[in-house]
Amino acid sequence: MNETAFLVPTSYYVILSAVLFALGMVGVLVRRNAILVFMSVELMLNSANLAFVAFARAFQDLGGQVFVFFVMTVAAAEVAVGLALIVAIFRTKRSIDIDELREMEG
Amino acid sequence: MQGLFSLIPLIIVFPFAGMLINVFFGRRLMPRSDSAAPGVIASLMAALAFVIAVLMFVGLLGQPQGAEVPLLTWFRLQAGDFTLAVPWTIKVDTLSSVMMLVVTGVGTLIHIYAIGYMQGDIDEQAAKRGLSPEEAYDLKRRRFPRFFAFLNLFLGSMLILVTANNYLMMFVGWELVGLCSYLLIGFWFDDPVAGITNSAAGKKAFIVNRVGDFGMLLAIMLIFWTFGTLTFDDVFARAECMQTAPQAECLTLSASGPHGEAVEGEHAAEGEGEPLSLSTPIAFGPLSVPLGTVVTIITLCLLLGATGKSAQIPLFVWLPDAMAGPTPVSALIHAATMVTAGIYMITRSNVLYAMAPVSGTVVALVGAATAFVAATIAVAQFDIKRVLAYSTISQLGFMVAAAGLGAYAAAIFHLATHAFFKALLFLSAGSVIHGMEHGHHATAHHGHGRHQDSHALDPQDMRNMGGLSKKMPLTTIVYIVGALALAGIPPLAGFWSKDEILLDASRENTAAYILLTAAAFFTAFYMGRQIFMVFFGKARTEAAAHAAESPAVMTTPLIVLAVLSAIGGVMNLPFEGFHHLGYWLAYSVVNIHIPAAGESFSLTVAGISTVLALAAIFLSFLLYGRKPLEEGQPDPLRTTGPVFTFLNRKWYWDELYAAVFVQPYTRMGDFLAATVDWHFWHDFVHDNILTAAFKGWAAILSKPIDMGVVDGAVNGIGSLISGSSNRLRRTQTGYVRNYALAVALGVVVILIYLAIRLLL
Repeated sequence: MNETAFLVPTSYYVILSAVLFALGMVGVLVRRNAILVFMSVELMLNSANLAFVAFARAFQDLGGQVFVFFVMTVAAAEVAVGLALIVAIFRTKRSIDIDELREMEG
Repeated sequence: MQGLFSLIPLIIVFPFAGMLINVFFGRRLMPRSDSAAPGVIASLMAALAFVIAVLMFVGLLGQPQGAEVPLLTWFRLQAGDFTLAVPWTIKVDTLSSVMMLVVTGVGTLIHIYAIGYMQGDIDEQAAKRGLSPEEAYDLKRRRFPRFFAFLNLFLGSMLILVTANNYLMMFVGWELVGLCSYLLIGFWFDDPVAGITNSAAGKKAFIVNRVGDFGMLLAIMLIFWTFGTLTFDDVFARAECMQTAPQAECLTLSASGPHGEAVEGEHAAEGEGEPLSLSTPIAFGPLSVPLGTVVTIITLCLLLGATGKSAQIPLFVWLPDAMAGPTPVSALIHAATMVTAGIYMITRSNVLYAMAPVSGTVVALVGAATAFVAATIAVAQFDIKRVLAYSTISQLGFMVAAAGLGAYAAAIFHLATHAFFKALLFLSAGSVIHGMEHGHHATAHHGHGRHQDSHALDPQDMRNMGGLSKKMPLTTIVYIVGALALAGIPPLAGFWSKDEILLDASRENTAAYILLTAAAFFTAFYMGRQIFMVFFGKARTEAAAHAAESPAVMTTPLIVLAVLSAIGGVMNLPFEGFHHLGYWLAYSVVNIHIPAAGESFSLTVAGISTVLALAAIFLSFLLYGRKPLEEGQPDPLRTTGPVFTFLNRKWYWDELYAAVFVQPYTRMGDFLAATVDWHFWHDFVHDNILTAAFKGWAAILSKPIDMGVVDGAVNGIGSLISGSSNRLRRTQTGYVRNYALAVALGVVVILIYLAIRLLL
């Protein structure tokens, strides 16, 4: 389908999505606090959402926006489960530094 | 008539049945020490065999060409078109019937005699060993049946020998009688004093016989190779055929008629159109040898076998030692039957000997020389049985010489008469020894009353005898009858048979005649010497003074044999129409020679031999009869000094064999055992080389290979795995971030890959 010209070109959104994704990935890899790792994962998911919406607007297809809803639902469920895990871990180890979760070492 | 002949297998069955009964039930048959049941059964079986032999004789009267009764096929070999079938077929013909009658007849009498003799002999052994009554009874229960089992086995084996229709079956009987001889000579192998001597004598007999059997086997193999068969009739038929036709044509000839009865032998020389030739070539692989030479070699090898069995030079040395066996054994085996097997074999092979005149001369000279040598040795012996042993060898020499000269009727005639009087003499000698031992016990009991030290006396030494005619009159009479028969005094049987041999020798071979006549002279002399020393004069020892006559069970066979020795000559009187044995044998022995009227009896020869015999007896009377020997007095013949010693030491024949054969053989055996086998093979090769090699090989296998390679491989795999797992373990840091990094890197790689694919 034809891509109509916009004032803000679609590539700006995609580049922003990529940057956000990269930031999110670095955050997952570098952060020691488990909650911050989750936040970075959310960032990655949202960047993907941004890319979806941008292309939905570019191609005038609402399918992209629908998919964003799915992603958000999944992200919410995942956070719920993840935070529950973090609470359980904190109860035993009194810390949520992921560097201390090394029992499976070796 | 055919029906009668079909009974012939029984003649072998009866003795073997007797043997089996005694082997398995012997002990049970002796509830008391003096019960004679095993002996009675054995004698009964022998008597039944004699009855069968008589029936065969009756049957042959109507069908003199004889018959063959097949029993079974022993084996049958086939290679291409070459067949060797060896059956066990019984040949009933006039020659085998004569042998059967002699063997079973004399055998039965000896069995009966042995009943009484062995009872006494076992008692004697028990006394010698100092056994208690229970032990003595046990000894008797074990040994009495054993003796009769062996005797029956011998009888059966001898009958197998004489009734065989082929050389190999005859050889089976030949070997079996050799075995029985060994078993019976060494019967008292556990005698406390003479046990080793007895078994050594048995061994000697067996081994010396084996040398003869070697010749026999060579002959059998040559016969098979030349004629392609071993059956007597076929061999002779083919031999005669090969004198007129080439070998190959004759190899399928067979002599038996359609019903198995023998075809009447034909004289090869009369009325044949073709000239006979002994130069027909016989093929031996690439060689081609004339028939005459082959037959000469065959007959000489057969002679070697005969010298072993019939105790001729050079294989006679076993017979004097064989006197170690009990007297019935000496009588049966070594006088009457087994030793005649060689003469029987030569007579049976008369067709072959007729084709080889050289062998005939050799046989005659061997026989005559043996007769002479043995007779001279007998003159200087002191043991009563040794004299008779050498006498047997000498008389066998007569028979062998007769067979070699072609006088088969005379040989078989002398075989039969010799069986009578030699068995008589041996059994009487046994009676004398029995009486001496009885007298010895009587005096020993009067003296000390102990058993053990009472056997310094040799009951067989003639120097310990003397004057026994007063104590043992019956034995004396029969012994004199036997001795006169042996010496050849007319009209006893021995005169007729010996004279016939001498007559043939005088015509055919002068050297043989001289040797045989000299032997006859010495024969009469040593018999006279023996009689005067044993029966007349004064008793030289206490034992002789108290000797007693033997019981009836022992003396009755003696009387029967004495009668036979006296009148046995009627079998073959040298007058026209009286050559009964000769006519009888002519049906089986093709080359038998029945003298024509007028030349069958020469007054000269008979006169010379009779005069010499009487002169010899008179000489022995002068030396031993007129002034009987006193106790301790040396033999008058010792005045001849070294001559007597030479004769007494048996011409040093045993010493010669010991030096030439026995000692080198023993030394070689010792060398092989001690040095080669033990030192070299065991100590050196085994302990050093083999063990070192084994240890070295084991060392190589264990250290470098097992511990190095195998362990290294297995351990290496283990260390490899543990090393790699150690290294791989380091990726498992446990840090979630590291794992997330790995995922991220993987995603990057995939993206790069996809991007490259898209762009390119």
